[in-house]
Amino acid sequence: MEEEKKLLTVSASPHVKSPATVRGIMLDVIISLIPAVFAGIAVFGGRAAAVIAVSVASCVIFEAIAVKIMKKPMCIGDLSAVITGLLLAFNLPVTIPLWMCVLGSFVAIVVVKQLFGGIGQNFANPAITARIVLLVSFASAMTNFTSPKAFDAVTSATPLSFLGNLDRAGDITAEIMKLVGSGDLPDLFKMFLGVRAGCIGEVCSAALLLGAVYLMVRRVISPIIPCCFIGTVTVMMFALSGGSFYFTVYEVLGGGLLLGAFFMATDYSTSPINKKGKVLFGIGCGIITSVIRLYGSLPEGVSYSILLMNVMCPLIEKFTAPKYFGFIKSKKKKEAA
Amino acid sequence: MGKLRPDAILKAVSKGRGGIFVSHNKLTAENETVRMPDPERVVLPMLQHIGAPCTPTVKKGDSVAVGQVIGDSDKFLSVPIHASVSGTVESVSDVKLANGTTAPAVTIKSDGEMRLFEGLTPPVVNSKEDLIKAVRASGLVGLGGAGFPSFVKLTVSPEKPIDTLIVNAAECEPYITVDYRECIENSWNIMNGVYTLAELYGFKRVIIAVEDNKPQAIKILKGIADKDIDKGNVVRLMALKSRYPQGAEKMMVLSATGRKVPAGGLPSDVGCIVMNVGSVAFVARYLATGKPLISRTVTVSGDCIKNPMNLRVPIGTLMQDIVDFCGGFIKEPVKILSGGPMMGTAITDLGVPLLKSNNALLCFSKKNAGFKPESQCIHCGRCHNACPMGLMPTEIEKYAALKDAETLVSLGTAVCMECGSCAYSCPAGKPLVQHMRLAKSVMREAGKR
Repeated sequence: MEEEKKLLTVSASPHVKSPATVRGIMLDVIISLIPAVFAGIAVFGGRAAAVIAVSVASCVIFEAIAVKIMKKPMCIGDLSAVITGLLLAFNLPVTIPLWMCVLGSFVAIVVVKQLFGGIGQNFANPAITARIVLLVSFASAMTNFTSPKAFDAVTSATPLSFLGNLDRAGDITAEIMKLVGSGDLPDLFKMFLGVRAGCIGEVCSAALLLGAVYLMVRRVISPIIPCCFIGTVTVMMFALSGGSFYFTVYEVLGGGLLLGAFFMATDYSTSPINKKGKVLFGIGCGIITSVIRLYGSLPEGVSYSILLMNVMCPLIEKFTAPKYFGFIKSKKKKEAA
Repeated sequence: MGKLRPDAILKAVSKGRGGIFVSHNKLTAENETVRMPDPERVVLPMLQHIGAPCTPTVKKGDSVAVGQVIGDSDKFLSVPIHASVSGTVESVSDVKLANGTTAPAVTIKSDGEMRLFEGLTPPVVNSKEDLIKAVRASGLVGLGGAGFPSFVKLTVSPEKPIDTLIVNAAECEPYITVDYRECIENSWNIMNGVYTLAELYGFKRVIIAVEDNKPQAIKILKGIADKDIDKGNVVRLMALKSRYPQGAEKMMVLSATGRKVPAGGLPSDVGCIVMNVGSVAFVARYLATGKPLISRTVTVSGDCIKNPMNLRVPIGTLMQDIVDFCGGFIKEPVKILSGGPMMGTAITDLGVPLLKSNNALLCFSKKNAGFKPESQCIHCGRCHNACPMGLMPTEIEKYAALKDAETLVSLGTAVCMECGSCAYSCPAGKPLVQHMRLAKSVMREAGKR
């Protein structure tokens, strides 16, 4: 044969591939977070934009530096660091000093993600872990919440800390109504739109739900974990508040539950793959969140619950390992024999 | 079962898990099968089926006629090979096959006469045993792609009563249209084959399963089945959702009957025989004419082929001759496949012959050749979701790298049929089928030790 002829490519089947790419998936997640970015800026003003920008930029830069030092192929193009940066900023109060954002990004990207092997290999959600590290290191800065649009830095407690101070033995609905009447608690409509004190990305339930629907429609995430997570919290709050509808709704909308359930508990690398495992994971997150909120000294428990369940994930996957096709039948046959 | 309305088109009984939606690209669906002129020479490897290779029964210089046995084996799992052209044996030597292995092969230089072997007479079939013998003698292997000797499928033990014949016309692989053309062009042959088998075996029902992207095939076959309602009222058409790998044997049994073939088992373990539609039609043709398997239909397609078409080609024709007949290439191909894009084999050059089990020859430019740069696994679970067997490809990959054969067995690696759904869906472009094959070889090695 003539020498000029190009050789044919030989590879294992299949010879067609789906158009899905890691970058495409990450881009979908970023798109789903954009409504919450705008909502956060609308509620808390320009400084929220600064916090988001600093944390995204520092995450991407840390990732670039880390892979360079570790002599791994450059991977910032997969956009996963952008998501970590967004989620980290979403979990911070707007008053946070910007250097703390940078420190948080370092913990998330370098310590939790790259030191453990990069994308897909982290044992815990980077943004959640970074938030917890900042929370235990700088407790006052991390809980310095302001009321919306009050840039004269009026410190305000989050709805959850009001709820946490309530006496659940009494008529809880009436007490909530009193708080709403005095202006301490926003009404339900404001809660849904996000006009309340809290972290940048967690306040606007409407924006988060919009993003969540997008992710589910695009089949980037499965609804199992968020449904089990939120469902468990709803049931437990309703049951343990003596059946108070208002208490339950404020608990569901009031903290970081929606953000955590839809965008952080569903992180691929730290949640189980199979359906049974997803159910257990979601329920576990729900129980831990509820127990911390109701009986712990902290008003909020979403991030701790996700971190704890992240660590449990390998165990869950081990015990819920799916049975392959034809497995049960062959076992029965052995028993019969 | 007796209550089924004869005029109804059945729907799948069970959905099964996983699977993928892949674009069908059936470019040649409306191209009537063309008979390719007989090539100058054919190369007939002695291993064209799953099982033991044949030993050549002719030697260099012998004169052979069409349909003459040129290779056979006394091993059970083997079928004879027949000359597909008449002429002189040019050589008996080792050749390279499409999958990279070598096998002894008989090369025949055609004399252009296509002289039929004199001993070819329609077999007399009065019982199952006669049929099995005849099917073995015909050299038939499953024409759907796997190349399993068909007579073995038809050999049923009395402990495993068979009540259902499933005629597989799903054709879930993209591009390939030979089964579809068979349904359209040779529908009477298919039905004759079905009735013969049903009569000999006394099946309670025969399900002809077609994916719902081929409504024309369903219509034509149903028209014939309905006409003969008194003769064969056990034959039903079933329209299956177009979802890859619908045509895989275990998926087919599940969709058509709701029964799950146990791991390591065969459809006969759950009372079913699954046969490719082309194989059934061939059985009918063979019983009528006595002409063994010497040619087959093949889809020649892909974006590099000038005239994509369905061809009837003598077995052993070189791929180069087929490409030339189809007008050659309009662009430089980077990948040439023998078989479909999901499970076919990429070949190194066009000098390999067409085997009994090759149902397609696809030539792709870089754009369509499925290149995706590989990156790290993100643990998204798409491979597990896509796996029709419920396996965890990434776990299997991990334990294959560790050479942990015991864990690989417990993960069910052996049930993987290499359909490629996992690798298709992987956003990180991982060659998961390759890893699955590695895992199987790890298990094989451990088993030998």
